[in-house]
Amino acid sequence: MHDIVILGAGVIGAFIARELSRFQLDILVLDQENDVGNFTSMANSALIHSGYDPEPGTLKALLNVRGNAMYDTVCDELDVTFRRIGSLTVTTKEEELSVLKQLQERGRRNGVETFIISAEEIRQKEPQLAHDVKYALYAPSAGIIDPFELVVNCMENAIDNGVKLSLNEKVTAIKPIDGGYQVTTSKDVHHGKIIINATGVNADLVSEMVAPNKFSIKPRKGSYFVFDHFDNNFLKHIIFPVPDERGKGIVVTSSYSYNYLVGPNSNYIDDREDLGTDRDTMEFIKQSALRLVPKLPFDKVIRTFSGLRATPNTGDFIIEPLTDHPCFINVAGIESPGLASAPAIGVYVVNQYVSKLIELRPKVDFNPRIRPLYRFSHMSEKAINDLIKKDKRFGHLVCRCEMVSEGHIIDALSRSCPPHSIKAVKKRTRAGFGRCQGGFCQPLVLKILADHYGVNEQDVLYDAESTFILAEATKGGGAHE
Amino acid sequence: MNKVDILIIGGGSAGLAAAVSAYDAGLRDILILEKDRFLGGILNQCIHPGFGLTEFREQLTGPEYAERFINEVERRHIRYELDTMVMAMTPDKEVTYSNAQQGLVTVKATTVILATGCYERNAGSIALPGDRPSGVITAGLAQRYLNIDGYLVGKSVFILGSGDIGLIMARRMTLEGAKVLGVAEIMPYSNGLNRNIVQCLVDYDIPLYLSHTVTRIIGKRKLEKIIISQVDEKFAPIPGTEREFEVDTLLLSIGLIPSNELLDKLGVPTDKTKGAIVDQNLQTNIPGVFSCGNVLHVHDLVDFVSAEGKIAGKMAAKFVTNPIKTLENQIKVLPQEGISYVVPQRVDPNRIYGPIEFKFRVNKPRNNVFFVISQGETILKRAFHQVAIPSEMINVVLPATTVIDPNMPIIVTVKERQ
Repeated sequence: MHDIVILGAGVIGAFIARELSRFQLDILVLDQENDVGNFTSMANSALIHSGYDPEPGTLKALLNVRGNAMYDTVCDELDVTFRRIGSLTVTTKEEELSVLKQLQERGRRNGVETFIISAEEIRQKEPQLAHDVKYALYAPSAGIIDPFELVVNCMENAIDNGVKLSLNEKVTAIKPIDGGYQVTTSKDVHHGKIIINATGVNADLVSEMVAPNKFSIKPRKGSYFVFDHFDNNFLKHIIFPVPDERGKGIVVTSSYSYNYLVGPNSNYIDDREDLGTDRDTMEFIKQSALRLVPKLPFDKVIRTFSGLRATPNTGDFIIEPLTDHPCFINVAGIESPGLASAPAIGVYVVNQYVSKLIELRPKVDFNPRIRPLYRFSHMSEKAINDLIKKDKRFGHLVCRCEMVSEGHIIDALSRSCPPHSIKAVKKRTRAGFGRCQGGFCQPLVLKILADHYGVNEQDVLYDAESTFILAEATKGGGAHE
Repeated sequence: MNKVDILIIGGGSAGLAAAVSAYDAGLRDILILEKDRFLGGILNQCIHPGFGLTEFREQLTGPEYAERFINEVERRHIRYELDTMVMAMTPDKEVTYSNAQQGLVTVKATTVILATGCYERNAGSIALPGDRPSGVITAGLAQRYLNIDGYLVGKSVFILGSGDIGLIMARRMTLEGAKVLGVAEIMPYSNGLNRNIVQCLVDYDIPLYLSHTVTRIIGKRKLEKIIISQVDEKFAPIPGTEREFEVDTLLLSIGLIPSNELLDKLGVPTDKTKGAIVDQNLQTNIPGVFSCGNVLHVHDLVDFVSAEGKIAGKMAAKFVTNPIKTLENQIKVLPQEGISYVVPQRVDPNRIYGPIEFKFRVNKPRNNVFFVISQGETILKRAFHQVAIPSEMINVVLPATTVIDPNMPIIVTVKERQ
């Protein structure tokens, strides 16, 4: 029996796993997807909110502010791209100055420093904003992050410190047994003394497998546009409209990779797997964004996507054991600002609950750092050439839009949380994330994956199990070279 | 730092032609950088016939056409590097490239010829509505998997867009045993060459749905079906016209876009084509940097790409022997209503070395029209076309003897015959 079984390998599961990997525990993480961070954690605004927005006194407020403060250290240790570029919450209406003041006061109570700035200062900071913008709430501590790298590197670090991960396991039943729980999945049966439920949009359903819930989750879908690289200084901050009851509104922001990102809307949906986009919603998002930034070049869009927020009916994060089940801990309803809160949630779950259930003996050899990534943009020409001399594959570029080498892909494959699909390679290396969307590099990545795993090219997956890219070999085909 | 007279980025049809013509103009210090493991570029995956009717006056396949030029390059011992990617370029023409053998190398080039071709518009760039499963793939990528790697990407196929690659793939996949259920084209006319409509769709009973587009992709993980709808004049789907097709593959043949990122990063101005703005010598606004082939504007036929590459090679050679410091006093070429773009966008009246070829497209099909190249009241050239369609590039050539007023823009107009 494992000491702890964590259900869900999104950003929350990953941070809980990493936090627990500091101690001498037997930990297993399960996820139904074919990669870590493959659902809500990969389809969001990738923002580390400053924390002025949540209602003071809520878990959201507490953990957002704590989590935000942890990110410099976390990203240093986990080698994750993160930039505190600050956010501007802007209004064109004189009467909304009072709303900004309320937000500032909320921020003050949450312990977040913000400034209300005038039209002139706004113009200086962001010349591209609409000219009728009158006031902005400036929150310097807000940041942008690589959400893919964050989850992958966090889980890699947890695995390096002894955590086990099993993918493609959908939980189908959980029952209490003597001294713990039995978790049945689509593939296997596992036993754990403590279960931590971090299953995102499905957390209420998973919790209900044990006992009736006090909460429910209703997903809220949000869609986005992703822009090609064009001018890294077009916008320098995260731009929010004044929030309303449905959320923070349509954000226009740069991203970790300098691809501007626009979205999300907010629509409650019933289908918990619905990641579709539709014409009307995209048009609404486009028009909303153009009101804030009139010159956004929509002809440079390279991708649209949707993500689901795991919105609870309680209004706040739900981080507590299930009634009468102290060893079944729900970490549920982690909608925005979930990404910002994630490192703090990890610590909170351990200190508040796990530490009271099981003895936590620190590991002497715990290493908080991952093996550094090879970032050409941070390396001198000499350092790159030394690397290529050692491993020629770093000199062979595979993805021309994002300048990714074969060596980078091999490096990702050689790590402890490796990719198993084209999409998982893309999330780790950016091969396929550029303007051609994999049009040129996909066959090369596919071959590298096939060679690495010793499978036929036809068996390489795009994403989930059975999503093959190649249907069948032609007469005498499939035998090139 | 190593130096080179002529650095050609891209060893496809444009780059090879440029290299041969620069050599034949007397230059010897030429280097071609090719990202793939062969010269020839996209021609290698175009195994169908139809290439070379203009260039060689015979019908060749893509690889055969490429081979002719590769042989010319080999015969001249022009240097090339394969599996080599250009990573960066400065306005001073210092070009950094990388390959497994040499690592990162920076060369200082006297001239750079950009011949990097184009890429395919994809689902992301048109915000294709619905789910995002596997099974939605650009036609050129599917062509590569089929013709280079030897794999069919699906058995039951629908095609969005009537671009030539999509049409060619409709036939190709049918011949390999896939069932192609139809082609949807959002415009009221086809975007492919007429001969491809006939030889690839009509001959195989594959329906073409004009004024239709895909309005929904269905399939959470794998593509299950698509919905197409008819569109109105503003391209908005008309409710009630939906048709459903159960398919495992949707091929996208919705246009090609110049791979102009190296010049984009330098801030070289671009046109509607998304390629650089150039003068009649194919020179960009950076003296000594030339652009040709599909990275300049997307061509219909490879023969025209080669022709353009030859001009770039010749002009680069001229630059090497007679460098220009600044480009001044160029006049603008202005396409008027009805013409979507013209290449070149500038004429340098002080450096006219031969006939000037204007290449352009109409923005909708027209019958019985005159194309007029003029300056003020002066008509420089008139050309009559019985049929003009957006998918077929129009060429109008001004003889070298044409007198061009260095102070007036050149206007390109289209007029119905009265």
